[in-house]
Amino acid sequence: MASVSMERIKNKKPGDLLFDVVVYSVCIFIFFVVAYPLYFIVIASVSDPTFVATGKVIFFPKGFSFFGYEQIFQDSRVWIGYRNTLFYAIFGTFINLLFTLPAAYVLSRQEFRARRFLMFFFVFTMFFNGGLIPTYLLMKDLSLIDTPWVFIFNPLTVNVFNLIIARTFFESNIPNEMYEAATIDGCTHFSFFQKVVLPLSKAVISVIGLYYLVWHWNDFFTGLIYIRNYDLQPLQIVLRDILLSNQVFAEGAGSGGTGGGYAQRYADQVKYGIIIVSTLPILMLYPFIQKYFEKGVLIGSVKG
Amino acid sequence: MAFISGAKSAQDTKQLKKPTVVSTFKRDYQLWLMILPAIITVIIFNYIPMYGVQLAFREYDFTAGLTGGDFVGLKYFEQFINSHMFWDLIRNTLLISITTIVVGFPAPIILALLINQIRWKRGKKILQTTVYLPHFISIVVLVGLLNVLLSPNTGLLGLLIERMGFEGTNLLASIKAFVPVYVISDIWQHVGWNSIIYLAALASVDPQLYDAAKIDGANRWQIIRNVEIPAIIPTIIILLILNMGTVISTGFEKIFLMQNSLNLPISEVIETYVYKVGIISNQFSYAAAIGLFNTLINFSLLLIMNTIAKRVSRISLW
Repeated sequence: MASVSMERIKNKKPGDLLFDVVVYSVCIFIFFVVAYPLYFIVIASVSDPTFVATGKVIFFPKGFSFFGYEQIFQDSRVWIGYRNTLFYAIFGTFINLLFTLPAAYVLSRQEFRARRFLMFFFVFTMFFNGGLIPTYLLMKDLSLIDTPWVFIFNPLTVNVFNLIIARTFFESNIPNEMYEAATIDGCTHFSFFQKVVLPLSKAVISVIGLYYLVWHWNDFFTGLIYIRNYDLQPLQIVLRDILLSNQVFAEGAGSGGTGGGYAQRYADQVKYGIIIVSTLPILMLYPFIQKYFEKGVLIGSVKG
Repeated sequence: MAFISGAKSAQDTKQLKKPTVVSTFKRDYQLWLMILPAIITVIIFNYIPMYGVQLAFREYDFTAGLTGGDFVGLKYFEQFINSHMFWDLIRNTLLISITTIVVGFPAPIILALLINQIRWKRGKKILQTTVYLPHFISIVVLVGLLNVLLSPNTGLLGLLIERMGFEGTNLLASIKAFVPVYVISDIWQHVGWNSIIYLAALASVDPQLYDAAKIDGANRWQIIRNVEIPAIIPTIIILLILNMGTVISTGFEKIFLMQNSLNLPISEVIETYVYKVGIISNQFSYAAAIGLFNTLINFSLLLIMNTIAKRVSRISLW
C-alpha cells in the first residue's frame, strides 16, 4: 500500500531525482560490501593459494586447486565434529520443540488462570540470569559436564523469545470457537493440540524449529565451557582450532612456523574451504530460513 | 486431591466468584501437564543458577557445590574492586558496549529507510536476501573470516591496507583497531537482520499520511523526516531499551575469539575475565562475584534507559 502511494509521488522535482541517485548508489555500495567477502571466500577456496596470497584473485577464481577441500575431507576431526553437531542439532531441536510448543499453546489459552503469572515467570529469565559460574556449577552438580546432554538441556532449552513467537501465533490463528467445537466432539486439550493445533501451525513450527536448529549448529559456547573430551566436541570447536588456533593440519605441521609464508598460503586455503564446508548446511537451508525467519521476526514483534 | 475438593466447594458456594488457579485445576490439568516440562527445565536451568548467585557472598566448598560454604559477605567484591584489573575491565567493557550501541544502533534504521526507498522490487529483494545472510554465519566463522581477510601478508584487506601505505599493520593484533574491527564486523553481520523490524514498522505507515504530505508539496527527504521517522520512533525506543539491557552480555564469544596476547589490554572485558578466573582457574566464588557485578551494571543500564524513555516519550517496557 505504501509503495502504491509512493508511486504516486512521482519524480516531479529535480531534487527527487538526485535523491534517487544517492539512494541507489548507497544501496549498491552496501550490497557489494556485504556480498563481496562471502563471494571472495568461495572463489578463494578453489583458487591456487599463491594467486590468492598475492592478491591476484579478485573477481574470478584463478588456477583451480582443490587442495584445501582434499585436506578437509581427510581430516577426521572435521567429520567427528560434523557428526556430533548433526546429532546435537537434530535431537536438541526435537527436544526444544517438544518443550516449547505445548507450553506456548497453554500460554495462549485465555481461560488458563496461571497464564499471566507463568508468562512473567518465563520472561523474567530474559532479563535476569545467574551468570556463567552458577550455571557451570549447576551442570557440575548435575554431572552433565562432558556429556552430550549438556547440548540439549541447558538454559536455552526453552527459549523465551521462541515461546513468545509461538504463543502469539496460536493466539491469533487458533480461534477459541475452534476449541469449543472440538470439545463438543469429545476433544481434550491433548487431542485438540495434536490433531488441530499442530497441523494448522506448520509456519510457526518451521520458524522456531529453524531458529533452534541454527542456534545448535552455531553453538560454540557450550562446547567451550562444558566439554573437555575432544570426541564430544561440536563442529564449532573444531572450526575454532582450525581457523583461529591455526592447527590447520591434523598432524600439527603447517602452523606457519617452518615453511613460513609458503605453508601459510596452503593453510589459508584450508581455512577458506572449511568456512564453506561448515556453513554449507545453513546456506542450503537459507531459502527456507529467509522465508520463515522474516515471518518469525514479524510475528514476534506484534506483541513483545 | 486437596486441590480438587477445594475446587468443588468453591464452585458450589459461589458461582459468581472469579475462577482461581485452584478452582480451575481439575478442568485444566491437561494444560498443566503440557506446560510442566517447560516449567521444570526453566526452574532447573534458569532459576537455580539465580539462586547460585549467593555463592558470590560465600566461600566455595567443593562438597557443597552450588550452595556454597562459609558466609564471607562482600569479601570478593572488595577483592575485585581493589584488584589491578578493575578499572581496565570496566573501561574496556563500557567502551566496547557503548561504541556498539552508539555506532551500531542507528545502522539498521538507516538501512531500513534506504531499502524502503527502493521501488525496483527485484533489486529490493536481492538486496534484502544478501544483507540478511551474514546473520546466520557462526561467530567462529565470522572471526575466522576476519582473520583470513585482515591477515597482513596474505589477506585481501590486509593487502589493500598494505598498498595504501600502512606497511605491516596487523589490525587483529592492534590495540587501536580492536574496537573498530569489532563494531564494524558486528554491523556487517547483523545490520540487515536488525532492519527487518523497522521495515515492518515502515510498511504499516498509513498511506493517507503519504498523500497528505504529497499535497503539502513535501519532497522525498521531507517525507522521510516528517512521516517515516516519526512512525518508527516507538519501535526505535523499545529496541534501544532492550539493547541497553543485553549489549554487555552478548559479546562474550566474539570478544573471546578475537582476543590475542597483543590486543589483550583493550579486549579483556568483564565476561572474558569471569571465564578465565572461574572456569580456567577454578576461583568460583571470586568469579561469581565479578559476574554478579556485571549483571548489576546491565540491569541498571536497562532501568536508566527505561526511565529516560518514560520521561521523554511515555514509552516503557512495563
